[in-house]
Order: sequence, then C-alpha cells, then structure tokens
Amino acid sequence: MSTPASTATLRKTALNGMHRRLNAKMVDFGGWDMPVEYSGLIAEHMAVRTGVGLFDVSHMGDIQLRGRGSVDAVQHISMNDAGKLQVGQAQYSALLYPQGTFVDDVIVHKFSDNDYLLVINAGTREKDYQWVRQSAARFDCHVDDYSDYYTQLAIQGPKAEATLQKLTNADLSKVKFYWFTWGTVCGLPNTLIARTGYTGEEGFEIYIPSDWPTSERVWNEVMEAGREFGILPCGLGARNTLRLEAALSLYGHEISDSINVWEAGLDRFCKLEKGPFIGSEALAAVQAAGGPEKKLVGLEVIERGIARDGYGVLDAQGNAIGYVTSGSPAPFLKKNIALAYVPRALAAVDTEVAVEIRNQPVKARVVPLPFYKKPKKTTA
Amino acid sequence: MAYPANYRYTREHEWIEANGKAGTVGITDHAQDSLGDIVFVELPKVGARVEKGKVFGSVESVKAVSDLYAPATGTVTAVNEELTTAPEKINADAHAAWIMKIEIADPSELDALLSAADYEAYVKEETGH
Repeated sequence: MSTPASTATLRKTALNGMHRRLNAKMVDFGGWDMPVEYSGLIAEHMAVRTGVGLFDVSHMGDIQLRGRGSVDAVQHISMNDAGKLQVGQAQYSALLYPQGTFVDDVIVHKFSDNDYLLVINAGTREKDYQWVRQSAARFDCHVDDYSDYYTQLAIQGPKAEATLQKLTNADLSKVKFYWFTWGTVCGLPNTLIARTGYTGEEGFEIYIPSDWPTSERVWNEVMEAGREFGILPCGLGARNTLRLEAALSLYGHEISDSINVWEAGLDRFCKLEKGPFIGSEALAAVQAAGGPEKKLVGLEVIERGIARDGYGVLDAQGNAIGYVTSGSPAPFLKKNIALAYVPRALAAVDTEVAVEIRNQPVKARVVPLPFYKKPKKTTA
Repeated sequence: MAYPANYRYTREHEWIEANGKAGTVGITDHAQDSLGDIVFVELPKVGARVEKGKVFGSVESVKAVSDLYAPATGTVTAVNEELTTAPEKINADAHAAWIMKIEIADPSELDALLSAADYEAYVKEETGH
C-alpha cells in the first residue's frame, strides 16, 4: 500500500477535493493523486457498459502544434497519416523512437490546417513534450504544453450522449466517432467536445478550464444530468478493466520503449506509405526481415485463476514463452482475460498455452481481440 | 464496522475466533474494504497444516492479489466452499464470511495477537486517519 505521507509530493487535478469528498480510494498513478474507485470497481465498470460513467482524466497531457509547418511536424513525429485528417477529425496515433518503439500513444486532433492538438498520457507528459519540441524544432511551428489549462472529463457509456446533450447546444448526434466539435457546455463557450474515449464504449471527452470552481460545477452538472441513467463517478480501476476488455493499449504495459508497432499489433494506425517519419525506417526493416518475432495476443484463462500483469506464459510443454502485459477479471464479460506477448508461432487463435499463476501452470487459450466490442446501434 | 471483541486479529488483517482448540479464520472488514470487489478466494485443503505467520491461501479483488496468513498453527478442519462461487460474501460481511476452520495446536499462541481495540488503533495508524 502507498504511504499517506507521500501524497504531499503528488500532483493533483482540479477535482482532487471533489474525489476526496466523494470518499474515493486514491492512488499514486504516475505521480498523480488519482481516484482508483468510488462506489466499487465492478459497479463503475457496469455503469459504463450499460448506462453512463464520469471520469476525471485531467492528468492527461495536451500539446498543441501551431503554424505553417505544423502538419509536416505532426507527420514527422507520429505514425498515423495526419494528412488524411479533416478539420474536426481526430485519429489514434503514436510518437515513436527511431527504432520503431513507443515514446507514447496519442490522439491527434486537427483544429485547422495550421493547428493540431495531441492528447498524451499522464505518466509521460514531460518526456513527450521534450520529445515533440526537439523533434519538431526544424519545422515552422510553435509547440506548447497546455496540459495544465484543461480539466478533461470523460463521459462514457451508451447514455453518454443523452447525458451530455442536456448540457450543450452542440448537436452531438452529428459528431461521429473520433470527430469533435466546439460548443457551449454548462454555459462555457467554445468548449472542445470530442467523441473519443478509452473504454470501448460510446462516449465523449470534454476539455474545460482547469480552475477548480468551474471544474467542480461542470462535474456536478454532468452528475445531475446523468442521474436518470444511474451515472456513477468512475475511477482508474474501472478505466483499466474497461480498456482491457476493449483491448486498448496502455503505455508501460502493451506498449513501451522496448516494444515496436508490429509487435503491439497497431499496424492499422501506422502508415509507412505516407512517407518517412521517425521510426519508419526501422519498422520497414522489421517488415522486410519477415515481421516481428513476438505478437500481442488476447488470452482467456480456461482453468480457475486470474492472470496478472507480469505473470509468465508457458507453452503446452511448460516452457516459458512470454509474459502477461495486463491481466484481470473482466467485470462485464465475466471471464479472466489477459493481453500477453508470445512468439508469433504461438499467436494463432485457439492455441492452448498456460499462465504461470504463483508457480502453477493454469490453462489459457488465445482468443480474438478485442475481447469486447460495443453493440451496434439499433434504431429504436 | 465494529470489530468483534471476542475475535483476535493479525497485523496482516486476518481475524480468528477461538473456542478452546477450535478456531475460525477470516479477513477483516478493513482488509475487504482496501481490496475492493473480491472475485476469487484460494482456499487451503482440509487436512492441511497451516503455520502461524505463513501463507495458507489468497484472496483476489479485481485489481489485486492478497496473501492470507495463518493467525495460528494448526490443522485445517473445514473450508468455506461457498466462497468459491460467491467470494463477494466477504465484501458483504467480512466478519461473518469465514474462510477456514482449524484445530489450533497451541491456543496460547493467540495471546500475541491483537485485541479488537488494538487492531482498530493499528488500522487507524496504518491508514493515517
């Protein structure tokens, strides 16, 4: 358990007082004092799958690139093709090292031809900002860190749209997945509203001023608007199990400075054909040499036991072949699931492997990813 | 939740209710609250010998694994099989949802464990409030 004395040095979001008043269990998450759960992880997870949940994700970072050279800079530092973005559109992408491994994964938003916003992870904020500044230095653009200017709230779940629509003049039904708009939210004009998230569910992320009275007011208004749908404040615990069910990567787990794009299975977000960018040469070489030796796979534990981060993966003969990057009970699927790196030869769906749980091999099977896919919208 | 005065407690957050040599063991309300939603309990085998201070099983919540430490040396006489299918009973009432029953080898071992009042003070100190 973390020692309470250390909280003085932790960074806090504008909603820290709110979390404490709500009696959340707090943890040190990458140097941030963040809520891990409020009413209970399973209830929070289920609220997002079946109704709506509210997350404070203000610890995420925001880097803006502006100027005539901004699109070239973004193309140079990120692996997806930002040249394909329209104004108002966002894309999942990543910042890579020259060897094709990860600095971080990011969401790139195109505000205008000369204006891009990268939303980055909390634990890598300083590293990312320095990396982007350095890597974009030769382009005609300004790089600014606006992380502390925003409180970022994620409203997620099948009832997220109905909840947020009560609080804004923007027509949310017109905002498609991975697009964004600007609207008045809770009386705050020009608020960025993006249909993005990290739960595998419908939902929005909004960016509001980071002063605490505004942050708390908006938090309360969202909670009130979602009350009829059983909204719950959700912590990082549910955020993790939700993203794991949806098989979304987490920096430091599935992706890191020692894992490359092909290994992580993020091929569809990596566009070598757009022209050279940082990491592209190394990735092309890996491809030319026949592809990666290991692959990220989904595992379902068949026997009784829970796979956890860092546990070993064994083949049917008991030889060590890989490791679990994220493992947990899946509250919605009601199975014990894991993401793991295994040799490519053992990565096929239905391959039987074992997870070493406290020195005992426990049977598991490679299953297709994602574990959970949100149901298609029905015209009701 | 109040800690029953007739139980004794370990610093690892187990409780034991002893009646002569017959002991019943579980985890405390504080332990279940720290763990969160419990989804898995690894029970010892009936007939197994458990040793004071040594691991005899584990409980897992969605986010963490926690070892169980025996409050006294003895032999397992029964395990609460119900927890295999309904581990959440520990969250609902940790002081009633027992995990195992043991025959205690030497009941005087329990004298070194914490009383309810001492345990409550210990938890307050550990959590800083």
